[in-house]
Amino acid sequence: MDVLEKLTILTDAAKYDAACTSSGGTRGSKKGYIGNTSSSVAGCCHSFSADGRCVTLLKVLLTNRCIYDCKYCVNRRSNDTKRAAFTPEELADLTINFYRRNYIEGLFLSSGVFRSPDYTTELMIRALRLLREQYRFNGYIHAKAIPGTSPELVEQLGLLADRLSVNIELPSEAGLKALAPDKTKQAILTPMRQIQARNQQSKEELVKYRHAPKFAPAGQSTQLIVGATRDSDLHILRLTQGLYDRYRLKRVFYSAYVPVVEHALLPAKDVKPPLLREHRLYQADWLLRFYGFRAEELLDEQNPDFDPRVDPKCSWALAHPAFFPVEVNTADYSALLRIPGVGVTSARRILAARRSGRLHIDDLRKLGVVMKRAQYFLTASGKAAEGLRFTQDSLLRGLIAAERPLLPQQEAIQLSLFDPVG
Amino acid sequence: MPEMVYYYDGSFEGFLCCIFDSYANKEVLTAIYRDEDFVPTLFASRAIQTDQSHAKRVFRKIVKCSPYTANLLQKCFLTCLPEKELSMYRLVVKLLREGPGFLGNFSDPVLHPVAKAVQHLLAEAHLLKGFVRFSELDGVLGGEIEPKNRVLPVLRSHFCARYQNEKFFIYDRTHKEALFYANGKAVIRPLDDFQMAPPDETEANYRILWKRFYDTIAIRERYNPKCRMTNMPKRYWNTMTEFQDASYFKAQSSPAAVSAPGVPAGISAPGKPPGHGPSAPESAL
Ligand code: SF4
Repeated sequence: MDVLEKLTILTDAAKYDAACTSSGGTRGSKKGYIGNTSSSVAGCCHSFSADGRCVTLLKVLLTNRCIYDCKYCVNRRSNDTKRAAFTPEELADLTINFYRRNYIEGLFLSSGVFRSPDYTTELMIRALRLLREQYRFNGYIHAKAIPGTSPELVEQLGLLADRLSVNIELPSEAGLKALAPDKTKQAILTPMRQIQARNQQSKEELVKYRHAPKFAPAGQSTQLIVGATRDSDLHILRLTQGLYDRYRLKRVFYSAYVPVVEHALLPAKDVKPPLLREHRLYQADWLLRFYGFRAEELLDEQNPDFDPRVDPKCSWALAHPAFFPVEVNTADYSALLRIPGVGVTSARRILAARRSGRLHIDDLRKLGVVMKRAQYFLTASGKAAEGLRFTQDSLLRGLIAAERPLLPQQEAIQLSLFDPVG
Repeated sequence: MPEMVYYYDGSFEGFLCCIFDSYANKEVLTAIYRDEDFVPTLFASRAIQTDQSHAKRVFRKIVKCSPYTANLLQKCFLTCLPEKELSMYRLVVKLLREGPGFLGNFSDPVLHPVAKAVQHLLAEAHLLKGFVRFSELDGVLGGEIEPKNRVLPVLRSHFCARYQNEKFFIYDRTHKEALFYANGKAVIRPLDDFQMAPPDETEANYRILWKRFYDTIAIRERYNPKCRMTNMPKRYWNTMTEFQDASYFKAQSSPAAVSAPGVPAGISAPGKPPGHGPSAPESAL
């Protein structure tokens, strides 16, 4: 089988993994080596695929052979599909040559479980070592740690990669039992804990000795599949909050389940992936990471799922009328961040601009505030936006209309299902 | 003070000399044009000679008042902001008159157009860090771009650090200049015309592999061309490997046509000019 065919098979098998970012890298350029990691927090997208997702890493499997039989996965043992495997040389050659042409920011290497978790991880280590040592590749590497791999091998993997991830995939133990019978919660959490501890330790060592080896310096991430099981948004967001708090994860990714197989326990094959729901979860995740929200503030047992019609921040604002309006000339940073339509950048600009004079409504747009949404929730020098009048009802409609053009196409279509009839 | 239109040689130093001379002559500038954009005008005008020592004095003065502004001006000079010189001049005048206090306010009417234009430049440069595509020819990596702003000076350090052991160049078709890098040294030079040579066997092969990867990585059930376009506006596609038509993937030395790099299971990226919709899997290959 030639490399082109392998690449096709092993890309096709890897594409459902949502994680594709190079953020958090700290690899400066090194003499005699090729590459570095871009220091930008946003990461660096090298292209966008036809589904609108950022392409930043060469995202492939080492092999799609797998001894496991996870029901939701195209690579499961019982699926009749063409199998392939890269040799370490092929993989290193592709990575380097794509990297030199600036097609990619680095490699995202995952794999089906070939023979055993340890055997697979050893193959991955071989490929990465070749890439780092022989091809002198100094760019970004994200590697998947396979549940059940022995700690010594996870250790070696972490010294070669910038980021490690262990995918949780199914947000509950019940889901795991039913759909991924070969995996246990324990087997997933063990490497996560190890990665967190080692990453922490390596950071402390680096303070003391400049040349201490770096262990997964860009931290770890995970992925949750949304919509394969009946878990609520509240359940998923609580899990996320716990992962950020306890495991210091850098990112949690959400992947709307794409039905690839007919199975009694899974949504039927003609069910559309829940893209709008995935979108709302990403918005909420953003609120946890950058806006100082907690999962419990956004959802509770009475409202365990996000309102599909408005984004989670607007939802929160609508449920807390007493908090508003916020006066932009006096409110502190955290209060500014709670205003729908005010982001991290515009909140900072408001703080800076305030020092040289009082702000008026007309200044806010230039500071980057999205007034279509924000106008309902703020005052400037005691005044609301000119001619603003609204009822609880027209407010909701106004917010829905303001977001509609910003939603990706498919999400907007799913949203239209909630439009009042007639 | 009398109003005046100034002409200068188009260099950053020349622009600084306009500021120097406007103060020396006690004149208020209503327009600043490059010599090559000269049009006979009814307004009083003056051609400014570039004097390096004058330029230095002005720049030092600005740095002393506000290093932030000095940096902003250097960047703004690279932008495609219409009449950028006038906006920059007004910013300097306000800075020298009032001091740097107003600079914290992004919405300040004098600062805003300049800061906004620089934001646009940096955003474009950030996108191009990802979207530049190199081809290898005889051991040299070469790429072409068509940016709105003059991004090469901004991109220079990024690519030089990343490819420090390579020889490479990037040609800016819009502004007809090129960044050259070899053996640790980088220069940016005007270059009137440039044609990329066709690929050899190896190069063509990597192009095909990349296009195949690109077409395969998209999930059909999530097909969303609008979202792709928002994130990656079409004006960048022209110079990107994944959007070229079949001839781009044919090696020069092999007369036998390389089969079009379609994909059995993926979504074929539209060739030039970009079409719509995923091509049916049967039609590929
Ligand atoms: S172990 Fe991974 S590759 Fe194998 S079936 Fe499960 S999810 Fe798929």
